[in-house]
Amino acid sequence: MDLHQILFGVYPYLALATFILGSWIRFDHEQYTWKSDSSQLLSKQNMRFASNVFHIGMLGIIGGHMVGLLTPHAVFQAIGMSDMAHQGLAIYAGGIFGAMVILGGTMLWLRRLTNKRVRAASRWMDINILGWLVLTACVGFSTIFWSIEHASNGDATVMLRLAEWVQSIVLLQPNPELLRGLDTVYKLHIFLGLSVFLFFPFTRLVHIFSAPVSYLFRAYQIVRAKRVA
Amino acid sequence: MSHFLDRLTFFTHPKEPFSGGHGVMTIEDRKWEDAYRNRWRHDKVVRSTHGVNCTGGCSWKIFVKNGLVSFEMQQTDYPRTREDMPNHEPRGCQRGASFSWYLYSPHRIKYPMIRGRLLDLYRAEKKSGKDPVEAWAAIQADPAKRDKYVKVRGLGGFVRTSWDEVLEIAAAANVYTIDKWGPDRIYGFSPIPAMSMISYAAGSRYLSLIGAACGSFYDWYCDLPVASPQTWGEQTDVPEAADWYNSTYIIIAGANLPMTRTPDAHFAIETRYKGTKIVSMAPDYAEYVKFADLWMPVKQGTDSAAFMAMGHVALKEFYVERQVPYFQEYARKYTDLPMQVLLRPHESGYVTDRNLRASDFAGNLNETNNPEWKTIGFDENAGQYVAPNGTIGFRWGEEGKWNLLEKAGGADTKLELTCQGKAGTEVVSVGFPHFTPDEPDLLWRNVPARRVKLADGSDALVTSVFDLLLAQYGVDRGLGGGNVAKSYADANVAYTPAWAAKVTGVKAADIERTGREFADNAAKTQGKSMVILGAAINHWYHHDQSYRSIMNLLHMCGCVGQSGGGWAHYVGQEKLRPQAGWAPIAFGLDWHRPPRHQNSTSYWYFHTDQWRYETVKADHLLSPAGKGRNKGYSLADYNVVSTRLGWLPSAPHFNKNPIELANEAAKAGATDEAGAARYVAEQLKSGALDVAYADPDNPVNWPRNLIVWRGNLIGTSAKGHEYFLKHLLGAQNGVLQEGGVGNDCKEVKWVAEAPAGKLDLMVDINFRLNSTGAYSDIILPTATWYEKHDLNTTDMHPFIHPLSEAVSPGWESKSDWQIFKALAKKFSGLAGKHLGVRKDIVALPMQHDSPFELAQPLGQVKDWKKGDCDPIPGKTMPLIKLVERDYAQTYNKFIALGPLMTKLGNNIKGIDWNTEQEYEELKKCNYTVKEHGVSFGMPSLEEDIGVCDAVMRMAPETNGEVAHKSWTSLSKKTGIDHHHLYAGRHEDKFTFRDIVAQPRKIITAPTWSGIESEHVSYNAGYTNVHEHIPFRTLTGRAHFYQDHEWMLDFGEGFCTFKPPVDMQEHKKVPASVTKGPHLVLSWITPHSKWGIHSSYQDNLRMLNLFRGGPYFWIAEEDAKSVGIRDNDWVEAVNANGATVARAVVSQRVPRGMALMYHAQEKNVNVPGSPTTGKRGGILNSVTRVVVKPTHMIGGYVQLAYSFNYYGPVGSNRDEVVVVRKIEDRDVDWLERPLTPEREQQRNPVGIGTK
Repeated sequence: MDLHQILFGVYPYLALATFILGSWIRFDHEQYTWKSDSSQLLSKQNMRFASNVFHIGMLGIIGGHMVGLLTPHAVFQAIGMSDMAHQGLAIYAGGIFGAMVILGGTMLWLRRLTNKRVRAASRWMDINILGWLVLTACVGFSTIFWSIEHASNGDATVMLRLAEWVQSIVLLQPNPELLRGLDTVYKLHIFLGLSVFLFFPFTRLVHIFSAPVSYLFRAYQIVRAKRVA
Repeated sequence: MSHFLDRLTFFTHPKEPFSGGHGVMTIEDRKWEDAYRNRWRHDKVVRSTHGVNCTGGCSWKIFVKNGLVSFEMQQTDYPRTREDMPNHEPRGCQRGASFSWYLYSPHRIKYPMIRGRLLDLYRAEKKSGKDPVEAWAAIQADPAKRDKYVKVRGLGGFVRTSWDEVLEIAAAANVYTIDKWGPDRIYGFSPIPAMSMISYAAGSRYLSLIGAACGSFYDWYCDLPVASPQTWGEQTDVPEAADWYNSTYIIIAGANLPMTRTPDAHFAIETRYKGTKIVSMAPDYAEYVKFADLWMPVKQGTDSAAFMAMGHVALKEFYVERQVPYFQEYARKYTDLPMQVLLRPHESGYVTDRNLRASDFAGNLNETNNPEWKTIGFDENAGQYVAPNGTIGFRWGEEGKWNLLEKAGGADTKLELTCQGKAGTEVVSVGFPHFTPDEPDLLWRNVPARRVKLADGSDALVTSVFDLLLAQYGVDRGLGGGNVAKSYADANVAYTPAWAAKVTGVKAADIERTGREFADNAAKTQGKSMVILGAAINHWYHHDQSYRSIMNLLHMCGCVGQSGGGWAHYVGQEKLRPQAGWAPIAFGLDWHRPPRHQNSTSYWYFHTDQWRYETVKADHLLSPAGKGRNKGYSLADYNVVSTRLGWLPSAPHFNKNPIELANEAAKAGATDEAGAARYVAEQLKSGALDVAYADPDNPVNWPRNLIVWRGNLIGTSAKGHEYFLKHLLGAQNGVLQEGGVGNDCKEVKWVAEAPAGKLDLMVDINFRLNSTGAYSDIILPTATWYEKHDLNTTDMHPFIHPLSEAVSPGWESKSDWQIFKALAKKFSGLAGKHLGVRKDIVALPMQHDSPFELAQPLGQVKDWKKGDCDPIPGKTMPLIKLVERDYAQTYNKFIALGPLMTKLGNNIKGIDWNTEQEYEELKKCNYTVKEHGVSFGMPSLEEDIGVCDAVMRMAPETNGEVAHKSWTSLSKKTGIDHHHLYAGRHEDKFTFRDIVAQPRKIITAPTWSGIESEHVSYNAGYTNVHEHIPFRTLTGRAHFYQDHEWMLDFGEGFCTFKPPVDMQEHKKVPASVTKGPHLVLSWITPHSKWGIHSSYQDNLRMLNLFRGGPYFWIAEEDAKSVGIRDNDWVEAVNANGATVARAVVSQRVPRGMALMYHAQEKNVNVPGSPTTGKRGGILNSVTRVVVKPTHMIGGYVQLAYSFNYYGPVGSNRDEVVVVRKIEDRDVDWLERPLTPEREQQRNPVGIGTK
């Protein structure tokens, strides 16, 4: 087993297992730490712009990756989306949302480093995870240049190989060979991205799980029945 | 089971909508709520409070979970007040609510600690075969060894050791010191017993039993309003907070109610709802200003000018223009206004002299007992001079006439207030001393007077205090002459509103209106006008004048002694309600009498060598109208005179070990106390013996051991902090000047090189490591306020309640009682061999409330040293008492209530009673001592709760039977039956368990001048006015006039305005400071919002609320003028030292003032001072204490010593500092290792020890 296989055949399971179990354990045992740790109370400077840009970009990126990579190829074919159209969508949407993440994330990261009050309240992991996300996004953004080149050659195989690999991981039939020979920039992005999953339970990112989406749909008043023993 | 799995209930998740879908019922898991519920869940709740001298005395619930204190909450189960009053609750503030942090904080002292170098030395000596006392002696005998640990005080270096070893060292030091230097070279300092009485008593009992001196605190903290003993013969007695509600007009000066009386402030707010007017006189926009209807921002230090002007208005409109019957009657019965004063020729006119006495008349007006102590009024009924009931002469030597009934010689009288316009009177010109800069120093005013024939046949002019008072206030009553005001707008005549406006900066119209309204309100309500006053105006050198100006106004308006009226002075928590039961235990009076007490201000003034730096010349304070026989004396000289005349105490007493002195007396043939006294007097007269303060820098007279417990002497209250470090402790210090200006003393010996490091040993007992611990040699861990059983009372409410042990003392800590008990045991073990039984000579000043307050008649000063008289103990010099101490029995005595309680009984404030019954009861209540020794079979004081019960059993406030006995005794003295005051509660008896169940309202006792009743709230002076019990003064009445020679010398016969004294320390500042932009600001140090003294200010929760470290306020415009921005580092410097803090730039303070909250310590976030090169200091780094001679008077009724009752105060508000910005790049945290060079450089560079 070479390094490639470890990185793309084993490491994903390590990261995902940590992500799932770690989050579960933390949710069950450290409920008080399950929070976003917002620093908005300490300083509001640039927060409205940077935070919104970052978070909207992030939602787009997460959504794009999920749909783009996890949807079986047959589905795209069934709905009549060609591989080139898929690639084009990925380039445009990924480019826009990725840029938003980089812009917002960089602003937030600089704020975290330079704003005295925020800096004083920051833990090591708060600074690192934000920097890591920005770095991952930068590398992800730079894959666009390769993707454009592929697209201009009418070649969507790289994208398809990536999706196939992700699906192989999810389906517990890991096939790291799918990535062998890809441009390093893709592999670096994948490694960085997988690491985000690894770090996830140890960071403030857990707040993603608790996004209060249901508030949008809840009734005004919620009462609970006395539980029957 | 799992928060996550429990949410996976997609198939059993009924949602029943209701109200058309606006609501929904679910069965969602509620376990998450347990997390929040558990936060507040607990195993038990215990009642305790905080012993922090905050005056709150608030009852708290302490919640304990898993053996740890988890939080505290206000108790709300006080007994109700009566129907027409708001209740006391809730009591408590943000500081108290955060106390539990301390228990488990990094500050907590967990183990006995000792300076590592000292421990090494001690162990080495012991290893060489010496016993503990010999080992200690060996260390002290070798200067190099001593220096080794003394010179690193304050620089860390503590190591952990065992209780056994550390107590052995402390006990050995005590034994050695007693033997070598004398027991009066051991000093104990602990503040404010009322906040945790048993803890206080623990240390003071141990120290008293071994003959050490206990230091006063109330005067040293400058919380003692000296005017109170001067005016009423009462240390301090004030209304409970609830009585504010009964007032209908309140002026507040120098007390910031919502900030420093947080749990009581609601009464002030509630009384506004019924229409009471509140006038504020804060110089800054203090928190309480927002409750006021009128804000008169008075320039700091000029309060007396404003109140004198209000008095001027009250006198003019309510005494001269019209007479209010209520005021007239009050003035006649309860004040000295009708008392007659002799006039003494001076220049072309007269000045006021002493009060006229019965002894001045041929035949003494038929008064055979104490005629020199019976002052005289003029009876309107009989048209003759009479000696009215109630003067001090009636208190001692006879019974039944010491009362304020309008009687003289058995006949009804009506004393005359003024002789103006009466037959046989004349108008003479009298000079009144005046101290306002740029105005004449003697103001001549016309006064009506009568001529009397004196016993010696001579003629004299006399007039009433009232007639003189009108003149002193500059009121024009148609007698002609100068210096009286034609109108209020006359700004040239002292004490008009216009004149006061000039001095104070307050609008004349506001002063005039407030004076009028205050008096008018009192006239309409029979005295329900009140002044709430406190530390901010009390901490000045001439604070007594501010206070007297207020008391004068109150007495003119008949307010003192009336519910809703009078003075409400709040500083520390001085009201130790069960005092009579506590004092015998606290001072070992059950075994030996008298104990050694010392007024701390004098003590520190001499022993920290602050006298060597004295810039204030006594001559500049003298009045031109005085006799001035002490011209040329320094302030220190006055203190020496005072100790040798038996006025103030001194520790040490003499330049000789008092045990050695007793031996010498015995050798010279003295067989008893009288013989010893004769011997001491002879020795003094011959000059072979002298008082210690005449040579304070002589090693023979140094203090050697100091024990501080329950307090923070060095970090909170060391006025002249840097001098403490330099001379007393020999530590790194920031004193920026050489002492030399004190070199003109006549009575104090000057040595060229001042000592540095006088103390052999300093012990600190505390639960947190503060500055006092940091500079000590030994630190002992004590129980916190949630870990011990104790008692707590306050002025602010009438309840007694407990501190109790919610959790057992943390780590290795013990309650103070158990610590001193253990120390006593160690001490006894060593004392058997080294001390045995010794006779000890105790020099006792003439005590107030004892017959010795009549020692020196007519207020004349006779100094035996100058040949004015012979030294006669108890008459012209201190009483000399012989006390036998069996040192090996110290422990046995400590743990039992001793036999003197049955042999001599108990007493308080001159009232005696028998206490045999309580003694017998305590044998059953506490059980008896089983250990063999002198105390076998006596009531046990081994456990803290037993001590609490002994205190309460013996005090009239907590035992109705004792109330009965003490009131019976007083009734005999006054000839009036006072039994109705407590009658309903004769059978009440509190135990510790009772007050743990619920705080109890105390029983009315003769110890205090207020009463507990269902009809009025507690208010000072109530029994004087309503029960006709005399004030404990010369005239038995409230004094406007002081006739002692020294009072007249310093121009304080009458209250007068005196501006702050010029300390000059800001003029001697290094050029490096003054060459850049800087401010010269008055240094104001009021109490803190985020701390109580030094407690809480280092509490993380409080630090989070504001700036996280030391800070002081300066005005916006001042800051702007020198480029200081908010939160900049700034340095306040003067010759005394420097302090570094953050600047708070705010409109709150007026220009010219730097306001630093009291007692922010240097243990959190304090960098070095660029000027001193030492750690940035504390508020007191820039202050130096100055003593006032008039506070040293003794042997003269109300001007006589009693512990914490009289003596110079540690004033600190007159100081001025230079403030400059420190650039961030220049901030030096001094985080460097200790090098030999640094160790040697204890003073700022360039400063020696001259």
